[in-house]
Amino acid sequence: MKKLTPKTIRAFREEQKAALYDNTKIRITIGMGSCGIAAGAEEALETFREEVANNDIKDVVIKQTGCIGLCYAEPTVEVQVPGMPTVVYGKVTADAARRIIDKHVIRKRLVNDLIFDNPTECAITL
Amino acid sequence: MTYKNFILVYIGLGENKKRDKKIHDDFIKKLIEHNIDDETQVIKAGAHKLCDTGTIVKVFPSNTLYKCSSREDISNIIEKHIIGGNTVSDLLYADHYREQIRVVMRNCGIIDPEAIGEYIARDGYAALEKVIFEMTADDVIEELKKSGIRGRGGAGFPTWKKWTFTKNVDSDMKYIICNADEGDPGAYMDRSTLEGDPHSILEAMTIAGHTTGASNGIIYIRAEYPLAIERLEIAIRQAKELGLLGDNILGSKFNFDIELRYGAGAFVCGEETALIASVEGKRGMPSPRPPFPAVKGLWGKPTIINNVETNANIPMIILKGGEWLASIGTEGSKGTKVFALTGKIRNTGLAEVPMGTTLREMIYDIGGGINNDKAFKAIQTGGPSGGLIPEEFMDTPIDYENLQNLGSIMGSGGMIVMDSDDCIVDIAKFYLKFSVDESCGKCAPCRIGGRTLLNMLTKISEGKGELSDIPQIKRVCKAMQKASLCGLGQAAPNPVLSALRHFEKEFKMHIEEKKCPAKKCIDLITYNILPDKCIGCTMCARACPVNAISGERQKIHVIDQNLCIKCGACLKACKFGAVSCQ
Repeated sequence: MKKLTPKTIRAFREEQKAALYDNTKIRITIGMGSCGIAAGAEEALETFREEVANNDIKDVVIKQTGCIGLCYAEPTVEVQVPGMPTVVYGKVTADAARRIIDKHVIRKRLVNDLIFDNPTECAITL
Repeated sequence: MTYKNFILVYIGLGENKKRDKKIHDDFIKKLIEHNIDDETQVIKAGAHKLCDTGTIVKVFPSNTLYKCSSREDISNIIEKHIIGGNTVSDLLYADHYREQIRVVMRNCGIIDPEAIGEYIARDGYAALEKVIFEMTADDVIEELKKSGIRGRGGAGFPTWKKWTFTKNVDSDMKYIICNADEGDPGAYMDRSTLEGDPHSILEAMTIAGHTTGASNGIIYIRAEYPLAIERLEIAIRQAKELGLLGDNILGSKFNFDIELRYGAGAFVCGEETALIASVEGKRGMPSPRPPFPAVKGLWGKPTIINNVETNANIPMIILKGGEWLASIGTEGSKGTKVFALTGKIRNTGLAEVPMGTTLREMIYDIGGGINNDKAFKAIQTGGPSGGLIPEEFMDTPIDYENLQNLGSIMGSGGMIVMDSDDCIVDIAKFYLKFSVDESCGKCAPCRIGGRTLLNMLTKISEGKGELSDIPQIKRVCKAMQKASLCGLGQAAPNPVLSALRHFEKEFKMHIEEKKCPAKKCIDLITYNILPDKCIGCTMCARACPVNAISGERQKIHVIDQNLCIKCGACLKACKFGAVSCQ
C-alpha cells in the first residue's frame, strides 16, 4: 500500500470509518485477548465461521478484538444484527455459539441467560 | 415473525435472583395480557452490578434503563413505554449504571487490533498528524501539563515534566522507551491494552519522539506476553507500510523507529534504571538517581520512559485537549485509571473508572461484591509495593494521594480483594516474599532487611512470635524505606506496614493467643473429630492423604496429630460437620 500523507490519510480514514460503522452488516466480534483465548475464544470463532458457512448467511463480518474487561464471562462476543439491539454474550462455548447463530442471527431473537452488560457502551467513548 | 421490542431483565445473584426472575416472568404475563407478546421479547441477562432496591431492565430499541420493583412498575413500562412510546421518567435508572469511562480502553472491544485501518477509523494517528503539522513541542507539553496526567506505572510523576527535561537537553541521540514490564501479581491492564490497541502505544511514542527530538523508540515488554508481542510486531509492520512509522512519517521530515526488547520477567526491571540496564544487555540492577533517565538514560542519552497506560492516554489528550482530560478525576489525580479486579470477587476483570471512584464502588458496583457472600476483609492495591486497605476506608475516593495516606499506592492498578478466609499475616508474608525473591541484591537494606522481615513474619505465623517483634518489624521497615536504593526495596515494606497499621489485632492474636482467625497458618490450627457428631462413615479416613485418621466403620474416628499435615481434606470430606478446625 502507498504511504499516507496528510492529504491521503483523511480520505483513507473516511473509507475505513464507513467500513467499521457499516450498520447494514451482521457483525460478530469476538474478544481475543489472552484471557478470551484461554477461555476458549478460538473454538467459538471457529464455530461461528462454520455455522455462518453451513447456513449460508450473507453479509456477515466475523472479527476479533481485544479484551473488553469482563474476564469472569470470557469468551465474550458482541453481536450486532441490523434492527436488533447490540448485545454482548458471555461464556460463549461452541454450543452457545451455535445457539447464537440459530436464534439471534437467523431467527432474530435474543438468547436467554447469555447476555452480559456491554461495558464498551459507557459514558465517554470516541 | 420478528420482534419490535426487547426487554432485557438483569438477573442478579443471591437473594436478588428470585426477585429478578419473578419480574421477568411478570413482564411476560403482562405482555400476554395485552396481547403483544409476539411483538416484544423478554430476555434474562447476567447483571454485573448489584441492585438491592429493584430489578434493572433495559428496553430496546430505545436503550432505556429502568429500575422496576413492583407489578405496577411493570404495567407502567409496558403501557406507557412499549405501547405508548413514551419514556417513564419516574422509573429511569440512568447514569448510575455507567461508572466506567473509557479513554485508555477506548478501542478495546471495538477494533481488530491487527487491522491498522480500524485504528485509523477510530481517529487513530490523527493526533500524530496534529503534532507534526500543527503543533510546536511547547504546545504539546502545554497540553500534557493542562491535562494533569501523571505516570500510570505507579509513582505518579507528572508526564509533562519528564518530557520537558528530555526536550531541554541538547543531545544528538534521545530515546523513548515504553515500559511494558508489567510485573505486579494480579495486574494485567497493560497486557490487555497492548493486545487490544497496540497502535495507540506506537502513536504515543512517536508523538513523544517528535516533541522531544528523539528518533528511536523501544518497547520493553516481558517475554511472557507472546500475544502482545505478536500484535505489536504486526502493528509496527503495518505502521511502517503506511508511512506512519520509519522515515518521513506522513510525508514530513520526521523519522522515528520503534523496536521491541524482551524482558525476562524480573520484577525489578520495571524500575527505570534497572530497565535501562537490561536494555543495554547488562544485569537488571537499578542505579542511584540522579541523574534521572530523562537527562541521562539509555547509553547515557536522555530517555523518556512512560508506562503503557500513560502512553495510551496521550493521543486522546492531543486530540481532545488537556482540559478535557483534566475535567475527569479529582483535584490532584486527573483522568481515568484502569484497574484489574481479582481475588475473592464475583466479577473479576478490568474496569476503567474516573479517578476518585471509591473502593466500595469498585468492589460492589463493578465487581459485583464478594464471592459467596463472605465478609469483606481488605483490598490490596499496588501489588508488592502497595498495601492493604480495610473496610473502614472503603468510601475513600481512589487517587494517588489518598492511597498513599492509607499506606498503599496506586501502583499499576492491581486490586486484589480478600475475604474472611484470608489471613493478614499470611498475605503480608506472601507479598514480602515476592519482593525478597525479586530483590536484585545490590543494596544491603533491601537484601538483608527483606530477609530479616520475612524471618520475623514466618516466626509469627508459626506461633513463635513475641510482642517485641512488632516494634522490631516496624524498625526494619523504616530502615528499608529510607535506605534502599530503588523503589523495590523502598516499597517492599508497604504490605507489612499497612497490615500492621490496619490489622495489628490480628498480628497480636497470632503472637499472644497463638491463633489464626482465618485458619490459614497451619502451625496454629489443629483438626479434630468431634466424638458426638462422628458416625464412623470413614469418609475422612479415605480422604486423608497421609493416613493420619484411624477408626473402624461405625466407630468414632481419631486424627493422629503427629501425622496430620493440616491439609483440610477431612473437613471437606465430612458430611456431618464432625471435623472441627481450631
